[in-house]
Amino acid sequence: MFNQNKNLQQSVGLRRGTFSRPLEFVIEKLLFIISLSAIIAIFFIFAFIGKEALPIFLGKTNSALVQEVIEPEDIDKYPPEKIRDYLGLSKSKYKKMSKDTLVMLLEVKAEAHKEIPEEFKNDKDARVNTTDWKYLIMPHQWSGYDKPVYIWQPVSNIPKFNFMPLIVGSIKTTLLGILFAVPISVAAAIYVSQLARPSVREIAKPVIELFSGIPSVVIGFFALIVMATFFQEIFKYEIRLNAFVAGVALSLSVIPIVFSISEDALSSVPRSYVEGAYALGATKWQAAWQVVVPAASSGILAAVVLGFGRAIGETMIVLMVTSASEMTWNIFAGARTITAAIAAEMAEVVFGGPHYRILFLLGALLFGFTFLANIVAQSAIAKFKEKFEGKK
Amino acid sequence: MSDVTTNAPTMNLLPKDRKLSSRFWTLVTGLSVLLICATIAIIILNIFVNGWGYFSWRFISTIPKNNFFEPETAGILPMIIGTTLKVFIMTVFGVPVGVVTAIYLSEYASYNSHSIRLIRSAVNNLAGVPSIVFGLFGLGFFINFVGQNLDDLMGYSEPVWGKPALIWASLTLAVMTMPVVIVATEEAIRAIPRGEREASYALGATKLQTIKNIVLPRALPGIMTGMILAISRAAGEVAPILFTGVAYFMADLPHKLTDQFLDLGFHVFVLSTQSPDIEKTKQMLYATVLTLLILTMSLSLIAVIIRMRIRKKLRSMSA
Repeated sequence: MFNQNKNLQQSVGLRRGTFSRPLEFVIEKLLFIISLSAIIAIFFIFAFIGKEALPIFLGKTNSALVQEVIEPEDIDKYPPEKIRDYLGLSKSKYKKMSKDTLVMLLEVKAEAHKEIPEEFKNDKDARVNTTDWKYLIMPHQWSGYDKPVYIWQPVSNIPKFNFMPLIVGSIKTTLLGILFAVPISVAAAIYVSQLARPSVREIAKPVIELFSGIPSVVIGFFALIVMATFFQEIFKYEIRLNAFVAGVALSLSVIPIVFSISEDALSSVPRSYVEGAYALGATKWQAAWQVVVPAASSGILAAVVLGFGRAIGETMIVLMVTSASEMTWNIFAGARTITAAIAAEMAEVVFGGPHYRILFLLGALLFGFTFLANIVAQSAIAKFKEKFEGKK
Repeated sequence: MSDVTTNAPTMNLLPKDRKLSSRFWTLVTGLSVLLICATIAIIILNIFVNGWGYFSWRFISTIPKNNFFEPETAGILPMIIGTTLKVFIMTVFGVPVGVVTAIYLSEYASYNSHSIRLIRSAVNNLAGVPSIVFGLFGLGFFINFVGQNLDDLMGYSEPVWGKPALIWASLTLAVMTMPVVIVATEEAIRAIPRGEREASYALGATKLQTIKNIVLPRALPGIMTGMILAISRAAGEVAPILFTGVAYFMADLPHKLTDQFLDLGFHVFVLSTQSPDIEKTKQMLYATVLTLLILTMSLSLIAVIIRMRIRKKLRSMSA
């Protein structure tokens, strides 16, 4: 082994102590700073998505169709903050604008206000700010509807931003995906880690891991072109692109994750557990099901939680495979998910407008949820590892 | 061990039943492995069989002039170039940061210090953030914050940096794939026997010299795995680039970092959902998917093989 390090021997000095090697000290600190980038990234994701969504929290956005008009000639009568909020400008942009531009913007806005169809001028809903929390979460009886409804209809004269249809859609597809994926992948993990011959194990594991290398847009494509038609022929349902197909497709993207994490957990249960069970006369299956699985249960739980997080954040599959629908728990109806709404609508929104902010708020919600799921899963894995590493 | 004692009474089945139920459950679990493998095989076979007929050198080397929905004149060269540029820039920016983080975590830090636990937890969390959230982050941070401030600083009146661009899409992907690089590199570094480091120290080498001469060369396969996995993942990701740089159609190839680009994965999405005549464009769509799949799967395959070797080494070390 020493022969390999010939050049090393020549370059070795004899000084000792931290400050006798200032370069090493500086480089170590530099490496430390770079290694903080993951923390900085998480912080920035939180900060910059939050920043774009903040005006909703502060009640600074106004999506009402009919608003109190500030006439261009009255520009000096109002404080600058009011003008800024009215025009929906950021501080830095407002500063850069000359008075003439501001007057022009006010004229445009007043002009647009005149073009609002007469029928909306007397509509009570045209005057409400639909980005208010009340309208985001609670059902509301819009004019023209005969009962209070949850509705997501962001592009219309009176934009309706109720989150509930999207949340229901996300939960519906995610639960279906998890329901299909978890039994299969945990069973596969038990087989591969406990019951299979080593030769089978050597092949099956990398093949299933290869599954995670298929891009989600390809799974979405396959579900859209092949699976949707195939399932429709079997189950004879009406809507071709529905939550059921999305659930099956989602399970394809979740299986590799749940499999590899639960396989890891099952394999890290000490061999002595299994041998103890054998000594008591247990069969291979009994040892696996009654000893190894309970011992690895927190690891498997973590796998399910991470799979849940992955499924609820999956975008391309649900975007391609589900059609929009009203709020319903029916699995053979369409479903609009949070992720699909963000992906489909962000390209068409007015920059900095209420719809834009609402989509960022949805993103923040999604981020918060998966962040929580991750923390739960991680602490479960950490406890699990502690348990066995202590016993080794 | 309490699990064993509480479950012990249920193990008193008759010998015959036990063997039978063991066999039954082995069959059931084995079938689920088969089901997963069969699904993968069906997906890949379906794409190969349907895509191979249209897949041709002309198709992958043609720049479509205006309409990419016409089977006779369609081509995907700009998409291949766009995807390649995207992952190349991502690698240049992302991989070094990931490798440095992994080295710091495994070589310098004491295992249980607070900062290290925080970094590890951040890395794990980053790996679980949905890709669409990265897209929003790219829009909110890179374009609206960094880009617009750059424009202000340079005094451009038209947005140059503050709009979707190749560089912002690549940087977004670099942040997203950082955990992949970190985890793979760390795994490889852990597989290096302690004795080799100690031999280096015994010869009087400093920590930095040991890392440079012992750790890094030995961890190279692991770094390669991480890099390949990151590239393979980024090549197929569409959600993070939707609002940070991808274009629906461009007649020209990207020339500058601030240009938009065409992307293979996004093209699959466009062909599957926006096509005016899905039957006519189906074979094109299949051929595009085939190209993307060959690209990502061959990369993943290489990574999986290298990784298997590293894991074997790890196992033989701990045994």
